[in-house]
Amino acid sequence: MTVQFGVARAQPEVPLKSIHRIRFGILSPDAIRNMSVMEVTTSQIYDEAGLPVRGGLMDRRLGVVEPGARCETCDNTHDACPGHFGHIELVKPVIHVEFAKYIFDILRSTCPHCGRIMLRNDEISRYRERLERLSAKWKLLADNLVEKIKKRASERSTCPHCGMKRNKVKLERPYDFYEETENGALVKIDPEVVRERLERVPNEDLRLLGFDPTIARPEWAVLTVLPVPPPHVRPSIQLETGIRSEDDLTHKLIDIMRINEKLKIELEGGAPISVVESIWSLLQYHIATYFNNELPNVSIAKHRSGRPLKGLAQRLKGKEGRFRGSLSGKRVDFSARTVISPDPNLSINEVGVPIDVAKVLTYPERVNEWNVDRLRQLVMNGPETWPGANYVITPEGRRMDLRYVRDRKSLVDRIGPGWVVERHLQDGDVVLFNRQPSLHRMSIMAHVVKVLPGRTFRLHLAVCPPYNADFDGDEMNLHVPQNEEARAEARLLMLVQEHIVSPRYGGPIIGARQDFIIGAYLLTRKDTLLDREMVAYLLGAAREVGDIEEPAIMHPAELWTGKQVMSMLLPRDFTWVQPTAFRSTCADPATCLEDEYLVILNGFMASGVLDKKSIGAEQVDSLWHRIARDYPAGVARKWLDSALRVFLRYLDLVGYTIGIDSFDLPPEAYEEINGIIGRGEERARKYMDEYLAKTLQPDPGYTVEETLENRMAIELSKVREDATRVVEKHIDKRSEAYIMAKTGARGSLINLVQISGVLGQQTIRGERIKRGYRLRTLPHFEFSDIIGPEAGGFVKGNFKGGLGPVEYFFHAAAGRDGLIDTAVRTAQSGYMQRRLVNALQDVYVAYDGTVRFSNDAIVQFKYSDDFTDVSRSDHGKPVNIDQVIARVRQRG
Amino acid sequence: MAKSRRELSSLVLEHQYNPQVEVVPREEAKKILRSLRAKIWQIPWIRASDPLARVVGARPGDLLRLRRRSPMAEVVETYRFVVPA
Repeated sequence: MTVQFGVARAQPEVPLKSIHRIRFGILSPDAIRNMSVMEVTTSQIYDEAGLPVRGGLMDRRLGVVEPGARCETCDNTHDACPGHFGHIELVKPVIHVEFAKYIFDILRSTCPHCGRIMLRNDEISRYRERLERLSAKWKLLADNLVEKIKKRASERSTCPHCGMKRNKVKLERPYDFYEETENGALVKIDPEVVRERLERVPNEDLRLLGFDPTIARPEWAVLTVLPVPPPHVRPSIQLETGIRSEDDLTHKLIDIMRINEKLKIELEGGAPISVVESIWSLLQYHIATYFNNELPNVSIAKHRSGRPLKGLAQRLKGKEGRFRGSLSGKRVDFSARTVISPDPNLSINEVGVPIDVAKVLTYPERVNEWNVDRLRQLVMNGPETWPGANYVITPEGRRMDLRYVRDRKSLVDRIGPGWVVERHLQDGDVVLFNRQPSLHRMSIMAHVVKVLPGRTFRLHLAVCPPYNADFDGDEMNLHVPQNEEARAEARLLMLVQEHIVSPRYGGPIIGARQDFIIGAYLLTRKDTLLDREMVAYLLGAAREVGDIEEPAIMHPAELWTGKQVMSMLLPRDFTWVQPTAFRSTCADPATCLEDEYLVILNGFMASGVLDKKSIGAEQVDSLWHRIARDYPAGVARKWLDSALRVFLRYLDLVGYTIGIDSFDLPPEAYEEINGIIGRGEERARKYMDEYLAKTLQPDPGYTVEETLENRMAIELSKVREDATRVVEKHIDKRSEAYIMAKTGARGSLINLVQISGVLGQQTIRGERIKRGYRLRTLPHFEFSDIIGPEAGGFVKGNFKGGLGPVEYFFHAAAGRDGLIDTAVRTAQSGYMQRRLVNALQDVYVAYDGTVRFSNDAIVQFKYSDDFTDVSRSDHGKPVNIDQVIARVRQRG
Repeated sequence: MAKSRRELSSLVLEHQYNPQVEVVPREEAKKILRSLRAKIWQIPWIRASDPLARVVGARPGDLLRLRRRSPMAEVVETYRFVVPA
């Protein structure tokens, strides 16, 4: 089936061919002249009238780029003329910089007198035979052999063929060749001589050196003729002022022409060799920088303004170059980008799309007798009102822009099967949603559109981890698949629910976080009792649940527990037991009365509380992991959607806030902490005294200084550990901050210690602070070879009580160091990722389970040694035996 | 200085992480290649100068069978194609 959109343009007869293979070689002077339509003979480009000079670099025979003019070669206007190459006859040959290395290889391994390879005949025939055998199939081995041949040949100094001695050739980067005479002096070999030597090398010897002389004779790497690309490659720009501005390549070619002309005049005038040579080397410089303006040891050619000129190599290279910038990195239609913000009422499968975006992005829907009425209405609504349509395509393939259709009514009447309506994006459409950097497959997932007011894309908080998104200004991209096949593929393979289990570690990467976890904990706590209205309200948030079960308390009022609400959400056949984050004294889930174990039997939540360990994202062997694994993706997704809405609704009802009192500790706690700090410092000082008394014994493999530093670090970090225990013991277990830390919603015990206990040791590059002034870290301290606890950045204060000035300074320094560290790390890992992906992008798992490269070379004989697809596995294991046994037992 | 075969075997073969190596007989090698639907050059290469290859006296063109422990499967069999030098 061929579908044609747009107006078919009459194309000239072009024979259809397919590329069989691509071969790279060097253009010979004859080839350059053959493909050239003209010789460039003057450095002038325009005459006084502003018309291109004949024989100049903008000659009309090279093709035309400005509209109106006709090409003198093909007689086409600018949109059909492909451009034609010209050429410059160089007065003296110059080295092609990018080939200098290969020229050097040949010069090194051949005889300058007879041109033969510097190997004996028996060696030649032996290597030739081996090379022929290898180059049939073993490209890599053939390359190795060529390297070996080159090495062998370049070691000889007497030619086995003509018996002449030869001098050592040296390459002075990037393009000057020298010969080392017996007395050690370096004599320059000019390109003319280089070319003569290369010409003498016979074809058969070249093959041994890895050259294919049919497509790349080495003397072709010394330029005698320079191809001139057509103006299409180097278009000139007309500024508003009417002044013409030429492309960098044109500037470079003008330079080359000027020097070439000058060299010609000097040669004809019989100028002294020194003059000729200096002009010649200037020509060499200009031609080298024309190819590549970032050569080592060559000054960069500058524009008049001082801006470096772009050589041919610069056009191709790097991030903004032709390959990475223009070919791999194309811009696309049917995409949108804006800031993201959260919406916990959406499904994790959905994405909220602003109306303004939905009115621009379209989907081409084919009209049939079932959708004709709906699509007619959309066309009637037009491009301005949502839901409407922006374009219609007639059965003849004519595209009509609805913005300019005056009488939509009559158009609507004509619409019928065979037409295509490019309608606005609507609820239920499938789109791809992406956040850069796209580091794994979950960075691009399919979402179902929900058109919403506002200007931001809305997404569910549970899908932040796979995208690594937050809402501090992050932007994301959205793409609209444009046919039913793409939509089906996106929906079946890329939908968020299909990516709950990560292929990285076989656990759910999507799951509850932060507020959801607190809500779940508060709801399932023992003291949560809800009346009928509350239960109905919460189950309403869940949307799809059955009847309310019997209340746990009947009298004096009907009250339900939070666990009951949870039970009503859980699947009927679900059984799961796991420890909660609050596990401490109980050993057996069956007898524990303290809610330390989460016990669910056939969808009945018997004991325990929900926390990060059971419903959190990136938690393996958890309640949520089991649901995600044991039920179909759609069921698991619905459960998460409902459960998370219930948790958040409950949190909304009860409210949650933390205050300074969350971090209150009783006075005796501070006494204990101060004692710990004092003792720690004392021990640290004892080591310092030992060091000063020179009685400190160094640890094996360390100097005395290192030993002291290690001991101090250990003692001081012990202070924080001990303080953590004290805080844990004394802090109010019902305080909001403690609940957050304990359930895993946000923060950790360490944060609590830093706020109400001791901030502890500050580090720069993983070490105690040691930099600053001579013999001291700050002027507040005494001169000393060794750094005491305070001077080394040990902070006794805490955030609640405040830091001392010196403590504050060290804290800030360590904080900045951390920021720099993250910045450096992301840059480094990004580059590593790029290298890795480039190297491994062709690896695939074949249908027989082997891992292969694009040429079917085997990398691994059995994928992961056991055929396991981690994203379909149980934390990397193909089956979870414990789970299977538990299930069989339960069924009796 | 190149080590003798005997010295190599004590150094290489007896290391705990070292796989067991053997040269696969020609006929069997053909069968294996057929079952893998692979040409011999598509098998990962090992140099004939590699201690592991030298220890069993493998010559270029041979197919080696390695058996080693894997964290995923108990023991895995893999193959290496011996190339010159």
